[in-house]
Amino acid sequence: MDNFIQQLINGLTLGSIYGLIAIGYTMVFGIIGMVNFAHGDVFMLSAFIALIVFLFLTKTLGLGFLPFVLVVVLLAGMTLTSVWNWTIERLAYRPLRGSFRLAPLISAIGMSTFLSNFVQVTQGPRNKPIAPMFAEIVNFQFGDHVISMQYRQIVIVAVTVTLLVIFWWLVQRTSLGRAQRACEQDRKMAALIGVDVDRTISITFVIGAALAAVAGSMYVLQYGVVNFADGFLPGVKAFTAAVLGGIGSLPGAVVGGLMIGLIETLWQMIPTQGVPEYKDVAAFSILAITLIFMPSGLLGRPEIEKV
Amino acid sequence: MAEDTKSLGGALKEACVAAAITFFLCVPIIMFRADSDVNSGQLELNFRPIAVAVFVALAFFGRLLVLTIGLRPPRQKAVPRVGPPSGLRAVFSYVIAPIGLLFLVAYPAVVVYWLGAGGALKWIDSYGIQILIYVMLGWGLNIVVGLAGLLDLGYVAFYAVGAYSYTLLAINFGLSFWICLPIAGLLAACWGMILGFPVLRLRGDYLAIVTLAFGEIIRTILVNWTAFSGGTAGISSIPKITFFGLRFADVDDGFDAYFGMDYSPIHGKLYLYYVILGLALLTNLVTLRLRRLPIGRAWEALREDEIACRSLGINTTNTKLTAFALGAFFGGLAGSFFAVRQGFISPESFTFNESATILAIVVLGGMGSQIGVAFAAIALIGGFEMLRELGWLKDLMATYFGLTDFDPTQYRGLIFGFAMVVMMVVRPRGFISTRSPSIYLERRTAVSGELVKEGHG
Repeated sequence: MDNFIQQLINGLTLGSIYGLIAIGYTMVFGIIGMVNFAHGDVFMLSAFIALIVFLFLTKTLGLGFLPFVLVVVLLAGMTLTSVWNWTIERLAYRPLRGSFRLAPLISAIGMSTFLSNFVQVTQGPRNKPIAPMFAEIVNFQFGDHVISMQYRQIVIVAVTVTLLVIFWWLVQRTSLGRAQRACEQDRKMAALIGVDVDRTISITFVIGAALAAVAGSMYVLQYGVVNFADGFLPGVKAFTAAVLGGIGSLPGAVVGGLMIGLIETLWQMIPTQGVPEYKDVAAFSILAITLIFMPSGLLGRPEIEKV
Repeated sequence: MAEDTKSLGGALKEACVAAAITFFLCVPIIMFRADSDVNSGQLELNFRPIAVAVFVALAFFGRLLVLTIGLRPPRQKAVPRVGPPSGLRAVFSYVIAPIGLLFLVAYPAVVVYWLGAGGALKWIDSYGIQILIYVMLGWGLNIVVGLAGLLDLGYVAFYAVGAYSYTLLAINFGLSFWICLPIAGLLAACWGMILGFPVLRLRGDYLAIVTLAFGEIIRTILVNWTAFSGGTAGISSIPKITFFGLRFADVDDGFDAYFGMDYSPIHGKLYLYYVILGLALLTNLVTLRLRRLPIGRAWEALREDEIACRSLGINTTNTKLTAFALGAFFGGLAGSFFAVRQGFISPESFTFNESATILAIVVLGGMGSQIGVAFAAIALIGGFEMLRELGWLKDLMATYFGLTDFDPTQYRGLIFGFAMVVMMVVRPRGFISTRSPSIYLERRTAVSGELVKEGHG
């Protein structure tokens, strides 16, 4: 039982990382109807940026106060990753509006290959491990049960929740969010009433990248290691989360992320010999099953094909 | 920003913006490299300002050049020209196929004549056979992506099914390659149908992601089901190819001895070369013939407009399924050839990167163009084989860019990915972008006004 709750907490930590990435997928899909295949690699890139900023602050500048370092890493990571994603959108996706149906997706696949290989070439193919941070363990006593959590898990959940609240406010309460929702519903109509569609789409990519950067920093914090190939699996799983929650739906992305995180961690607890290794198969199967039987997901709107 | 890029001042400003953005892009990921320290094992940052300066300068002058000279890439119309090929293009399209074929058939002979049996080995094996495998895979995927317009990101799964089918049948039942080859193809086609049936109702990009998921599922199963597939260690000592039962080995009942020749490894390689050439040409032939059948026309119609197809009464699911299964079939054939040539297979060979490579070949060649795919495979696969051997490039990278572990294969994905993006932006229909339609009006015919309401039809 204790172990189960322990794994539940681990699952939620992992799930909040997936949820943050999934928002990027779901927003871009909502606004331009494209699967941003490179988003997983943007996440990986942001994890590298976080790692390097962290090393720069602690090793080169010799800062020791970790909470401050964490805040700077988050801010720097979000900014730099946003610049990356803005450039990617500008160069690889914007010229393709109005091209044939599969063009943006193929371009995104090319971008994904490019990004992971770019990081491999510039940073080397080996794993990049750092010493664990916030590794102190806190114990919570509930009657007979003792639940122990690492500080970093609390940090991850706290940061995620804070940023989601800010993000929610941004989308629901500001004119920017209104423009974005307008573009999502009808791009041509939004342009007619004076919404700068190109700018709104750019900002969508920037917000997606910023949230992916938070996920990247949290990933480094949680696992303490990052590799150039790390964008692929989390990317596909986060996409699964977005699909499961209903693509285009923001709360759906978070719910889907948490569910995928939980399913993945709990799957590993199945005691049968040989089953835990198939945790990726479980995630991929959820993706396929959702798309085949429930394409609008848990919270999404059914898609109507217009001629 | 774009209002006065005509003047030099405006262009300079634009170029500065481009340089600034490039600087921000480079700051973390290029300026610093995190490397494990040899002694402590901890990560240390290496500072690389020169590389950043190079990139920033490139961005600045590149942007300036584009703006001042007006070096805009010509926009390509997304809608291809329809009609029979004319002029030079017609001559080209009639001549290129026989010349190419002649070249491919004569290639090994020329190489052997030129370099002798020993020197030719590399050119036949790592260039000829390797490229032809990718040509065949490209043609196979071209049926799915180029003709039917279904983006399949899990094509490598069928390649894997073919390879493992041959391996397991040959090892467990002692069947020869020529018996296993069609079985492997059919098994791959079956898998194509099993996977295709549920997913082919999905729209384009969902389909792509689901095929990707299936590809990864098959690979994960191959990695983890050790009893079946040997796991990550793979399966080695796969039976070699035979010529009517004759082995290509230095034995008394081998191919060379039977025909009274001295044993030479080149014979086996030549045989493999012609086998894969035959298989690739078979793929091409079937595709070209099918394009002219109703099913092929239905594929191409489906690619252009699915809703129109449905309203014309084409059964889209069946049409997609045939394309998917046929593509899978050829993938399976290529896979079993891969296994027999390699003699060793492991799940390593069937990663998503492989799918992306094949897709890059199809996309760069011009989706739907057979010749284009062949050229793309030659350029991409052959080009990288060549890059691997350039010693001076290695020295250059080590001395000037500090890349001591320079390995061109790492740049393969980098260039493939970049080329795919550039291709989509500049020439979305690929290098060879005109598709000769399989049916067109030979001449305009006037229809009597009694037959149509508005006069001429």
